[in-house]
Amino acid sequence: MVNEKKQIVVPGETIVSGNEFLPGDGAYRDGADVVAERYGLANISEKHVRVVPISGAYYPRRGNTIIATVVDITFNGWLLDFGGAQNAFLPVSEVPRYVNKNEMREFLDFGESVIVKVWDVKSRGIDASMKMRGFGKIEGGMIISVSSNRVPRIIGKEGSMVRMIKDATKCNITVGQNGKVWISGNKIEDEIATKKVIEFIAENATISGLTLKTENFIKELGFEVKPVEVVAENTDEENIEENTMESEE
Amino acid sequence: MVESLYKERNDGRAFDECRPMIAKVGIIPSADGSASFETGGTKAIAAVRGPRKLHPQHMQDAKTGILRVNYGMMPFSVWDRIRPGSSRRSDEISKVSEWALNSVVDLSGFPNTVVDVFIQIPKADAGTRVAGLNAAAMALAHAGIPMKEMITAIAAGKADKTLLVDVDKYEEDLHDLGEGATDIPLAITSRTKEIALLQLDGKISPDELLECIEMAKKACDDILQVQMKALKEAGVQNE
Repeated sequence: MVNEKKQIVVPGETIVSGNEFLPGDGAYRDGADVVAERYGLANISEKHVRVVPISGAYYPRRGNTIIATVVDITFNGWLLDFGGAQNAFLPVSEVPRYVNKNEMREFLDFGESVIVKVWDVKSRGIDASMKMRGFGKIEGGMIISVSSNRVPRIIGKEGSMVRMIKDATKCNITVGQNGKVWISGNKIEDEIATKKVIEFIAENATISGLTLKTENFIKELGFEVKPVEVVAENTDEENIEENTMESEE
Repeated sequence: MVESLYKERNDGRAFDECRPMIAKVGIIPSADGSASFETGGTKAIAAVRGPRKLHPQHMQDAKTGILRVNYGMMPFSVWDRIRPGSSRRSDEISKVSEWALNSVVDLSGFPNTVVDVFIQIPKADAGTRVAGLNAAAMALAHAGIPMKEMITAIAAGKADKTLLVDVDKYEEDLHDLGEGATDIPLAITSRTKEIALLQLDGKISPDELLECIEMAKKACDDILQVQMKALKEAGVQNE
């Protein structure tokens, strides 16, 4: 229709005009215009207009996988800090096994970290769940922090980037959408090398030809890289799209 | 009608012309949003952190997030030295900048949190609060803070009987020329063109003031273009 191309919009800028359009996340209606309420990529699908943020602090969305740390224990759950404005709440009922309410510290103690799913986002805080495969308490390894806006680049198109690092360093990597990355391997040297690679990607996220440069960087660290199917470097825009879409429902 | 004594601008600009502007976005990697804004000899940098939990807890507002602005000039920003730390002047500017920015940001989605805006002036040649506001608006947008619209700001003014925009230090100091110098910092919202900040230092007639506001609104359109261009370019890089 009007503008199928995704464009970067600035607050107060008219995205589209027309009463048939519906303002969604990050957009509002002003007369006949649909106006951006935040800076980001305007996305018009059908008649639904929304603005996807491309920078700034991490905002949790339902379905996100996040890595968080226990900061408080209440009578029916744990409060988790994930680096956002609010804490996440993990109720006892959302834990995959039976936990005695008198001995909650046995299962998760202060300062311990977990991989959880964002179950619900409210303005007063978010609810987390652990009741699925791949989620649970973190034991061993290391957690590093990068900007949450770099996460799509670390994951790569359909996970290609993270798979390449995993194959090369033989480390297990879990990327939280909040910018926390858990690395665990058999040898500490491998973990440190993996950390270096991820920091390299985060630092150079805006450079084109990143996949190739990362490959060379891994080789420099003395690892072998399995030849991956070369993904066209023009993936950037779709990347952001895919990862945000994926995290939505 | 007596002719004005200020016939030509010191730096050769037209009376309604701004100094050359440079805007950049994303200059501070550790901040959630950052920007710099430069007009001639004035430069402002702004960093935004948050939304994050507000401490001390008694300042928290359960209904909405709050905005905190901190303005400061660097010791070397002027020819003379500026004493570091807060002063009467910097506290006032922090407060009025906060009010101006508060009229566009919407933090109701982040109760009990704070968004901190830090404005620093590395070099000053008058109009630092408006440069600071221009930088802060870009930094807030870059931080992904919900805003109804942008803020653009300019210092209009008067030297003797001549109305000006983007007053520089030389013009601001023309106290002894005829009627003297008047300095009017103005912040205007980008969409509804409402006035978010208006201060006035000097003397001016009501008619002249209205004319000044019109001149400032026109200049703000140019500033908005500079701000939007910087934000859009930063966005393309970020992808």
